[in-house]
Amino acid sequence: MEDLFRIENLGKYFGNKEVLKNIHLTIYRGEIFAFIGPSGVGKTTLLRIFNFLEMPTSGRLIFDGNEYAIHQKNSIRRRMSMLFQRPGVFNTSVFNNVAYGLIIRSVDKKTIGKKVTDALNLVGLSGYEKQKASTLSGGEAQRMAFARAIVYQPDILLLDEPTANLDPAHVAKIEDIIKQIRSELGTTIIMASHNINQVRRIADRVGILLNQELIEVNTKEQIFTHPNDTRSSAFINGDFIY
Amino acid sequence: MSSLDFLSQGIIQAFTLIVNLNPYILSITEVSIKVSGTATILATLTALPLAFAIAFLKFRGKQALITLVNTGMGLPSVFVGLFIFVMLVPVGPFGFLNMIYTKKAMILAQYILIVPVITGITLAAIKAVPVLIIETVYTLGGTQKDVVIATLREAKFGIITAFLAGLGRALAEVGAILIVGGNIAYTGSIGGIGEGLSYTRSLTTAITSETSKGDISTSIALGIILISLVLSVNILANYFQRRD
Repeated sequence: MEDLFRIENLGKYFGNKEVLKNIHLTIYRGEIFAFIGPSGVGKTTLLRIFNFLEMPTSGRLIFDGNEYAIHQKNSIRRRMSMLFQRPGVFNTSVFNNVAYGLIIRSVDKKTIGKKVTDALNLVGLSGYEKQKASTLSGGEAQRMAFARAIVYQPDILLLDEPTANLDPAHVAKIEDIIKQIRSELGTTIIMASHNINQVRRIADRVGILLNQELIEVNTKEQIFTHPNDTRSSAFINGDFIY
Repeated sequence: MSSLDFLSQGIIQAFTLIVNLNPYILSITEVSIKVSGTATILATLTALPLAFAIAFLKFRGKQALITLVNTGMGLPSVFVGLFIFVMLVPVGPFGFLNMIYTKKAMILAQYILIVPVITGITLAAIKAVPVLIIETVYTLGGTQKDVVIATLREAKFGIITAFLAGLGRALAEVGAILIVGGNIAYTGSIGGIGEGLSYTRSLTTAITSETSKGDISTSIALGIILISLVLSVNILANYFQRRD
């Protein structure tokens, strides 16, 4: 498997508060990697570091064989897309929201029209093009944001609790799309979730974050059947006391 | 004549002047709109980049600039008028520009008064754009330029409100333009009203001079026009604030 991201001894402080420490991790190209762990352990911060929204306080981040450099952040970001747990919605139509990533990449109007229609169709929002995005429900906004994140077919998709606001039918749909874009486009998907069942359904490998540390990284089969760390099994079995 | 008759006659005569499109009153209105409109457009062209620079750039003296903007929002107009007067009088440092007692001097005074107002309100509108929106632009591959454009779009109603607030302040301003404009009307009788067409006489400065002359009906007519203009601007500003 080919390395895409490599993290070495990464740490992050917010002021005096340590939010991540001693993180060592390799993400392989084309895999679905999931961070699991309770709220507040640094899952979102780690995703934000991958996207340059936060800079690590210490450690090294290597992307595609090269060390992350601040002056390259735009070109690296252009290959990614990140979906927040609570999506940001531009004060315009659903169409313009979904088209945004294509517009800033100077894609021609005809292609934008087709790609946006396809993406909305994929997430079950066909016919919503002209609706003001701010009038969507939480679940609809989440699906619109998902369409916006995948419409320009990024190489890397960062998903922070991608189905947190969705009903079960749409959870299944989004999970299918995640698996589909990985298998058809080879997209590398890094997600954060506290939904163990979801991770069990879609991830290839899993990293368990507890107390700001990545305590175990392994294939999902290994993690969910024979975890190496007793804290991992305690967390997976719901016995972990925070 | 009772005070009620005095008032009612003044109002009736004022409406007659307005309905008959009195040239003196029209010329004053034209000066007000031209001076305040030009000052507001120029101030907006300065204030928008200034507000965006304060919001997005890191530079030395930024906090001092914010303090200056905040102080400028409450700047006494007579002080600005006095300052510009001293600069522009023939013996002043910029006397060679021959700008004193011209519309240009009035525009300059209003420009200085309203740049901080428009900057302050625009800055507040920019800061009201959620961080989540800015981060979304970045996560979709946007650059700093894309963030500025997206913020401009998201804050557009706040920025329109800032423009209208500046226009409202400029239209209602009297102290500074009285000092630097001189409240001048051309000599010669026009339409039997008296002095002639306005040169640097605005609605506000004309009200002060007409009232001191005892021409109440003209003052009321000017007052009605002024209030109508300011009210229209405020109604528009409220409309955009609600949409925001």
